[in-house]
Amino acid sequence: MKDEKKYLGVAVPRPKVGFFELSSCEGCQLQLLNNESTLLDFLDLVKIVNFREAMKESSDAYQIAFVEGSVTRKDEVDRLQKIRHNAELVVALGSCACFGGVNQLKNRFHDLGWVKREVYGDYPIDSQEAQPLSAFIKVDLEIFGCPIKKEEVERIVTNLVLGKEVRHPQYPVCMECKAHENICLFDLGEPCLGPVTRAGCDAWCPSNRLGCWGCRGPAPAANLSELERIVARHDIPLERLLDRLECFGGFSGEAERLRTRLEAAE
Amino acid sequence: MKISCEVDVRHLTRVEGHGNIRISIKNGQVREARWEVVETPRFFEAMLVGKLYENAPYVSGRICGICSIGHTLASIRAIENGFAFTPSPQTAKLRLLLKHMETLQSHILHIYFLAAPDFLGVGSVLPLTKTHPEVVQQALRLKMLANDLCDGVGGRRLHPTRTVVGGFTMLPDKYGLRQFRQRLGASLADLEASAELFASFAIPDFSRETEFVSLHQEGAYPFIGGNLLSTDGVLKEEHEYRPMTNEYMADYSTSKLSRLSRKSFAVGALARLNNNFEYLQPQAAAIAGELGLRPVNHNPFMNNVAQLVECVHVVEESISLIDELLAAEWQEPRAHVEPKAGIGVSAVEVPRGILYHCLEFDGKGRIQKADCVIPTSQNHANIYHDIEELAVFCVEQGKDDRETELLAEMLVRAYDPCISCSVH
Repeated sequence: MKDEKKYLGVAVPRPKVGFFELSSCEGCQLQLLNNESTLLDFLDLVKIVNFREAMKESSDAYQIAFVEGSVTRKDEVDRLQKIRHNAELVVALGSCACFGGVNQLKNRFHDLGWVKREVYGDYPIDSQEAQPLSAFIKVDLEIFGCPIKKEEVERIVTNLVLGKEVRHPQYPVCMECKAHENICLFDLGEPCLGPVTRAGCDAWCPSNRLGCWGCRGPAPAANLSELERIVARHDIPLERLLDRLECFGGFSGEAERLRTRLEAAE
Repeated sequence: MKISCEVDVRHLTRVEGHGNIRISIKNGQVREARWEVVETPRFFEAMLVGKLYENAPYVSGRICGICSIGHTLASIRAIENGFAFTPSPQTAKLRLLLKHMETLQSHILHIYFLAAPDFLGVGSVLPLTKTHPEVVQQALRLKMLANDLCDGVGGRRLHPTRTVVGGFTMLPDKYGLRQFRQRLGASLADLEASAELFASFAIPDFSRETEFVSLHQEGAYPFIGGNLLSTDGVLKEEHEYRPMTNEYMADYSTSKLSRLSRKSFAVGALARLNNNFEYLQPQAAAIAGELGLRPVNHNPFMNNVAQLVECVHVVEESISLIDELLAAEWQEPRAHVEPKAGIGVSAVEVPRGILYHCLEFDGKGRIQKADCVIPTSQNHANIYHDIEELAVFCVEQGKDDRETELLAEMLVRAYDPCISCSVH
């Protein structure tokens, strides 16, 4: 790998980066190794100094920290604060880091004691409610998705390295899905959060005929009440809408309100 | 020779998840030798309670970033078993093809990116891009093929999109499948080159007699469903997974642990191979022979070799599967499945060993209770006891701190542990 990179004839620095994981499946880090055809170019863009899952050597001298996973234990808060202290820029990588991800599904019971007993019986086990990174530290940039999309990460990291502004789409997944000329999943009887979820994934799931589960969180002008009317119009039970709103934590406020309403109606 | 050594590896590198190794030897006496699992639990079994069945494959696939396809398929099979639904032959073939490509992807990731650097004397795959570019290219080609085919069948390589209860949301196109068949054929040359590379590695000469547990099917190397078999002679049906795994907790691990006939047992590629060697495809069997792998092999480091042999096996079988799919007309991708009250259990061989999902439903298909038993959680106790024995082995061989540490790290890596998965 070359030590100096040039862009339009101008030398650009290769920032030192570290990859870290808290409570997660580590899938987002694996996604980074998953675009084999561009992997070596991607690795050439930065100097990786800390990536426990892939390399033995490690250093705390990194400028950019990519952190995957949500916070579910005190020692993770400490690790996260140390990472924040070391890094100039902290990037939340994936839905767990941005919103709590699937891990926050346990929070809906509001009863951590029951959650622990359900899995471990009376064996004492340490865990707290799943929280996003931003509950504990300042996060400079969020990369959404479960999993993250490698092409999007490559674009964002390239922009970071070149000092360009990183912008997320303002429109919802539904726009991208329409651009693909897909059959609307509501017409197939499948609930879909495409109308309210932030785009950028290129309608990854709906293009595979799976309704959107909202892993990227709400688009800036998400109209949840209209979505609820669409779901009702297609005779889809609201419980199925709730499952999707609740799944990744990006819509946690709306999901909590809908759950309360549905439980009151039962 | 009276040796003393201290090994204290906190958060072992080049494995999935968080584990520590501690070995303390004073004047030739092993004082302590431990494998510790410190991963945070995520409580997937609790998350699913009260949810409609369709949430289970989608959510529990996210237990693991490497074997998400295996978890998704295990969850779907548990639901379909619970609802007494049998998938069509087309669906069964597509699922097996998808499963095979996950196995290939995961094994290649492990043997090249996680294990091989130790045998080549470097800290990661990165320096190999300079010193062994052809090896890195070989690995990337194989991994890319596996991932591309996972995209083609499952919709997405990680957290698949098309895999649902009843079948698939959509089918791959046949033109694409024909191209994949060609690429699979060509990949056998890369796998043969991989076998040559492995033949040059010095596999540590360490063995500990172990009970091996895997699936077993009559006449086929098993991946999805079947009986549960151990080399100590235990044979049970798929739904009897609890007496096969006997989960318990211990102070060194946030993951549950398992035992069967002895204080621990092993699952994974070596276990599958030890129990099902006669069902290997011809080229896979030939490569196993070339690399000196014969059942029953008790050297845990040989799991690396067993994974490579399985890579060849799944490529050969995938070629046949694609031929069968191409020869038939496409049928409807997805069947309607009616929920009913009851319990569904599934056992699926994922890259690191046998995985169980058990779901209990009410009449509307809402989940009342969930249980997942993960391959790595079944392996933890075996790793723990291997480390104890390895410490003694290192004393006998007069190994110093650095050599002992490296051997212990290589031992854990050989199991290809998926630690966050094991704690889930």
